[in-house]
Amino acid sequence: MMSFVGRSLTGIVSTFVESAEELRIHRTRVLLSLVGVAIAVFALTTVLGAAAVAQQALNESNERNSGRPAMLSANVYSTSMDGSVADPDRITDAWRAAVARHEIEYESRVGYGALTAQFVDGVTPVDSTIVDPDYGIMHRTAMQEGAWFAESDGDRLAPALVVNVPFWQSLGSPPIATHPTVELRGSDGPVTAVVVGVVRTSDFETYPRSFVLADAVDRLGLVGANQNGYQFEAWVPVDVGDDLAERLRAEMQSAVPDLQAEVYRQDYLSWGGGDPLLVLKLVVAGVAVVILLLGALGLVTISLVTVKYRIREIGIRRSFGATSGRVFFSVMMESVVGTAVAGGIGVALAIVAVKSPLFEQLVGQGMVEDFPPFPIEAALIGIGSSVLVGALAGLLPALTAVRVRVIDAIRF
Amino acid sequence: MTLIALDGVGRTVELPDAPPLQILSAVDLVIDDGDRVSIVGRSGSGKSTLLNLLGLLDRPTHGEIRFDGAEVRRLSDARLARLRGASIGFVFQQFNLLPGRTAIENVMTPLLYDRGAAFWRRERLAAAMLERVGLGARLTSMPDRMSGGEQQRVAIARALVRRPRLILADEPTGALDLETGSTVMELMEEVARETGAALVTITHDPAIARRAVRHLRLEAGRLVPLDGAEAPGAAPAASEAVSAPERRREFESEPEEVRA
Repeated sequence: MMSFVGRSLTGIVSTFVESAEELRIHRTRVLLSLVGVAIAVFALTTVLGAAAVAQQALNESNERNSGRPAMLSANVYSTSMDGSVADPDRITDAWRAAVARHEIEYESRVGYGALTAQFVDGVTPVDSTIVDPDYGIMHRTAMQEGAWFAESDGDRLAPALVVNVPFWQSLGSPPIATHPTVELRGSDGPVTAVVVGVVRTSDFETYPRSFVLADAVDRLGLVGANQNGYQFEAWVPVDVGDDLAERLRAEMQSAVPDLQAEVYRQDYLSWGGGDPLLVLKLVVAGVAVVILLLGALGLVTISLVTVKYRIREIGIRRSFGATSGRVFFSVMMESVVGTAVAGGIGVALAIVAVKSPLFEQLVGQGMVEDFPPFPIEAALIGIGSSVLVGALAGLLPALTAVRVRVIDAIRF
Repeated sequence: MTLIALDGVGRTVELPDAPPLQILSAVDLVIDDGDRVSIVGRSGSGKSTLLNLLGLLDRPTHGEIRFDGAEVRRLSDARLARLRGASIGFVFQQFNLLPGRTAIENVMTPLLYDRGAAFWRRERLAAAMLERVGLGARLTSMPDRMSGGEQQRVAIARALVRRPRLILADEPTGALDLETGSTVMELMEEVARETGAALVTITHDPAIARRAVRHLRLEAGRLVPLDGAEAPGAAPAASEAVSAPERRREFESEPEEVRA
C-alpha cells in the first residue's frame, strides 16, 4: 500500500518537476509568447475595474441629484380650484410629526428658488436649493472647501451659504477661513450672507448655484427663495423604503385631509429600467473579449508552431518512457502556468493603472468621493480567463504532441 | 532468459486510395538477455518499423510480441510507456540530445519517468553514468559545445542510466567518423556487458554490424539470417562472449551486398 502511495506520489512530483523543467528551459519563448496574453488580460481587467469606478461615479452622481437609497420625497398640495395656497407651517408640522413617529433620523425640507446675489460684476440671480442641514448627508454632498451646514447655522443673523465653484470663483475664490461674505436681497433690504463651504462641482457646471438653510430663508425673507413651497425628503433603510412611503403618505393625508399628499421613492434604485451602464459595460466587455481572443490566437499559433518544432524532443521523451498523459500534461501545463503568470502580471498592472490618481481623475472627473476598492471579481475574471485561454491554447498543441509517432519524430 | 519474442509479426499500413502497404511480414525473432544482434537492410526495408515494434512504440497488425513474457497487445499505452522507460534504452544516429539542457540534465531525463527511488537520486545516478562513459568533467557542458563522439557518449549514458534490459541502437555511429564510431561502439558494448543488457544495433555499416554475435538482414519486410547458422530465433547463449577478431571472421563470410 505504502509502495503504491510512494510510487503515485513520485509520479505526481516527477510530472511537475518535468513540467517545471520544461518551463525553465523554454522560459524565453514562453515569456515572449505571453506578452499578448498579459496585455489582453490587462485590458480586460482594466476595463472591468474602470467600469466599477464609472458605476460608482454614476451612483454618486445619482445620489447627489436624487439622494441616497432609499430616499422618500413628500409633496403636499391643494387641489381646490379657487387658487388658495396651503399653509406651509401646517404641512411642515404634519411631516415632522410623521417622521418623528417613525423615528426617521435624516429628513430635510427642500425648496427651490433664485436668490439675488451682488457680485463685483453686478446683481445676479442664483439658482438656490433651500434645505435643512441633513440634506448634505442625504445627498452625499462632497465639499471642496469649508464645510456643509451645521445645525447651529440656522440661527445665524447673517445666513450661511454653501455655494458651488462658479459662485465661489465669482467672489474671487477667497479662503473660506476668512468667512467671505456676499450680499443678498432680502424683503427688508440687503442681507449679508457668509459662505461657509464650497461643494465639489463638475466641470460641466458653469453657473453659480447655492444652498441656503430653510430656517434662514423663512426668518430673513430672502427674495426669490422658495416660491413654490417645500417638499420633504427622508432617508430611510432600503428594505423598508416602499412600505414606509405608503405609511407616511397615509399619515400625512390623514393629518391634512383637505390637501393632497404624495410620498414616493425618488432614489436611483427605484427608477427601474435596468442598469444604465449595461450597454457601455457590454461594449467594453466585448472589446476586452476580442482582445483576449486575439491574445489567445497568438498564443495558439506560437504553441502550435513550437510543438511542430519540438516534435523531435517530444519523440525523444516518449522513447524514454513518457506516457502520452505526461506529454499532454507537460505541454498543457506550460501553456496554463504561462498564461496564469501572464494573467497575474496583467491583473497587477491593471490594479496599478485603475488605482492611479491619474486614472481616477480621468474616469471619476473629480466627482467620485468614495473610490471603490479594485473589484475582486475583475481580478478573478482576469486570472480565470487567462487560465482558460491557456487551457484552450494548450489543448491543440498538447493533442498534437500526444499524437507524435515517436520514431518518425526522431528520424525526420 | 528470453527478453523479447516476435512471433509471426507483421505490420501493415492503411493508405488512402491504395491497397494496404505490408511493411513487415512473418517476422520471427527472439532476443535474450545479454544478446548482441545486428540488423541490416536497405532504406525502406522496414528497419524503422521493426525498431518501433522492438521498442514497444508500435503494435503489430499480425502476430504476437511478448516482452518478458507479457503479451504486448494486451498492455495499455501507459503501461507500455512505463515498460519502455524501465526496460529499453534508445541510442540514435543523430544523438538526439535535448537542446538547451546540459549533459547531466539530458542524462537525468529518463529518470524523470522512474516512479521509484531512482527519481529522487537522479542527479547522482546521472553523474555516475556520465563518469562511467568518461564525461565526468563535462557534466554541465551544453551538447552544442561537445564533439560528436562526446555527444554520442552522453546519449549512451542517457540510454543506460535506467539500467535497461534492451538497448536499441539506431545507426549509432552514422554521424561519427570511423575511429570515433568504433570507440563509441566499444563503450556501448562494454556498458551493455556490465549491465547484462541485450544490444540490438540497426545499421548500414557492415563494420558495425559484424561486431554483433547474430547478424540479421531485413529484405522487403522479412527478417532473414545473413547465413544459415544465424537463422532468426536461433539465439546463441546470452553470455556468449565473442572477441572482435572472431566477430570479424564471422562477418567475412557474409554476402557482399551487406558490406556495400
